[in-house]
Amino acid sequence: MIPVRHAVEIRDLHKSFGELQVLKGIDFTVDPGQVVCVIGPSGSGKSTLLRCVNLLEQPTSGMVVVEGLELTDRDADLDAARRRVGMVFQQFNLFPHMTVLENVTIAQRRVLKRGKAEAERVARDNLDRVGLADKAGSYPAQLSGGQQQRAAIARALAMNPALMLFDEPTSALDPELVGDVLTVMRKLAEEGMTMLVVTHEMAFARDVADRVVFMDGGVIVEDGPAAQVIGAPQHERTKSFLRRVLDPTHTDV
Amino acid sequence: MTDQLKTAEPGPGGNPPVRAGLSPRKKQQISRAVQYVILVAVAVAAVLLIDWASLAQNFAKPEVAQESLPELFTVALKNTLIYSVGGFVFAFLLGLVLALMRLSPVRPYRWLALVYIEIFRGLPALLIFLMILFLPLALPGFEVPGGTYGQGILGLTIVGAAYMAETLRAGLQAVPKGQMEAARSLGMSYGRAMITIIIPQAVRIVIPPTTNQFVALLKDSSLVLFLGVSGEYVELTKFGNDLASTHANATPILVVGVTYLLVTIPLGYLASRLERRQGKGR
Ligand SMILES: Nc1ncnc2c1ncn2[C@@H]1O[C@H](COP(=O)(O)OP(=O)(O)OP(=O)(O)O)[C@@H](O)[C@H]1O
Ligand SMILES: [Mg+2]
Repeated sequence: MIPVRHAVEIRDLHKSFGELQVLKGIDFTVDPGQVVCVIGPSGSGKSTLLRCVNLLEQPTSGMVVVEGLELTDRDADLDAARRRVGMVFQQFNLFPHMTVLENVTIAQRRVLKRGKAEAERVARDNLDRVGLADKAGSYPAQLSGGQQQRAAIARALAMNPALMLFDEPTSALDPELVGDVLTVMRKLAEEGMTMLVVTHEMAFARDVADRVVFMDGGVIVEDGPAAQVIGAPQHERTKSFLRRVLDPTHTDV
Repeated sequence: MTDQLKTAEPGPGGNPPVRAGLSPRKKQQISRAVQYVILVAVAVAAVLLIDWASLAQNFAKPEVAQESLPELFTVALKNTLIYSVGGFVFAFLLGLVLALMRLSPVRPYRWLALVYIEIFRGLPALLIFLMILFLPLALPGFEVPGGTYGQGILGLTIVGAAYMAETLRAGLQAVPKGQMEAARSLGMSYGRAMITIIIPQAVRIVIPPTTNQFVALLKDSSLVLFLGVSGEYVELTKFGNDLASTHANATPILVVGVTYLLVTIPLGYLASRLERRQGKGR
């Protein structure tokens, strides 16, 4: 097919909810090992784009290829494809009736059919990675928001994904807990994980992302190296968005 | 204490409401006094008008009450529990299937479940039992498996499932959408996610209301009476009824009533405690 194999390749992606056109022709790619941050105003379709990448949302038209497998093919095995794509949600979405350890082992056991001992070993390794080794026996409700989000990251990592999707992973957190989660994500990026991150954390995007994509009104307005898109934006819409985000008290209403 | 309207907030217009006549506190005192007077009057009338000796003879005759033991517990209560626990288990399972059908993307399934629920919630339970009684006439050669127990449990299942389905559907819908999405994003199929993630949480949510539904089924198990059961199959109500006829005395009815309450009242408390705990937990 395509000579260079991308981790993610999106071609002319459209998504509508009834009359409402949310994505109006998105084209972009993520290469293996790349960290791409998606920024943009509320309602611009960032979450919808991310959810189209693992087909939690069915695109209206267009093509989504992950790891060489076309997910928009009607006969694609989506469950198999989603195993290779980890997703971290704004609201964590841990399973409240299970301990942290069970949260991290359940899909390994039921989906990957790993044995109990192996699943627990992988779970403990990943909990250690996110700094939660001592919370294995706790229930989600007993953890802080930052700990819950790190447990959710460990849960996704335990499936050995080739790609991680993050949808505003720190937006529901108290400010003092944001750092812990971003540190884990930065470490993951340094280890070479391919990541697609929707975020409002401009400092993270500037420091960690290889590329930043600015979306507005269902299209990609600007796509380039972080230093360029955030440091020297070309488009007026990008400039005005960054002004509002970086200096919220000086917004021209 | 003064009669001033100290606590009354000024209305939106800013003027304090003008008080006409008695203060609210005085009115409340008078109303309460009237209520006590009525209560005392009714109690006095009851004491004077009711023939207590005859009532005791008819409803609380120790010899007759004694006669009911030990079968009251070893046969009647045991059977009541068999019918109602059996009915509950099957109603729960059928209710779960109906609830999942109600939420299915396949329209005919949604339809069928809705039709079942509407029909059997709308019919008196007694009618269902009479239907079961006449089933062999309609379907010659057909027999409910499990004999008398099977018939009683079938009746309670048919009635209970309709209510259970609606409760479970509400429970399934109360599980946040993000739970299904998280499960699917980990590669679980829809069915797998339902079984390991959604249903366990839904069941937890519906424990208090289903406890109340168990109490309702326990009471409805008295309708087994109409299946013409006898001997070792009698449950509490039939047992009390038979004994009362034999002795031409109502004491067994009272005894049976107390036995029901021994089970239903603690369960009712359990349900409201679970409900309160859940209200705090989430
Ligand atoms: N399931 C849905 N049904 C109908 N409309 C939807 C649905 N999901 C999203 N939308 C609409 O699509 C638009 C884009 O939503 P989306 O969540 O992708 O935006 P976003 O860029 O992630 O915004 P935010 O920064 O607020 O998260 C919004 O107008 C939203 O109301
Ligand atoms: Mg969003």
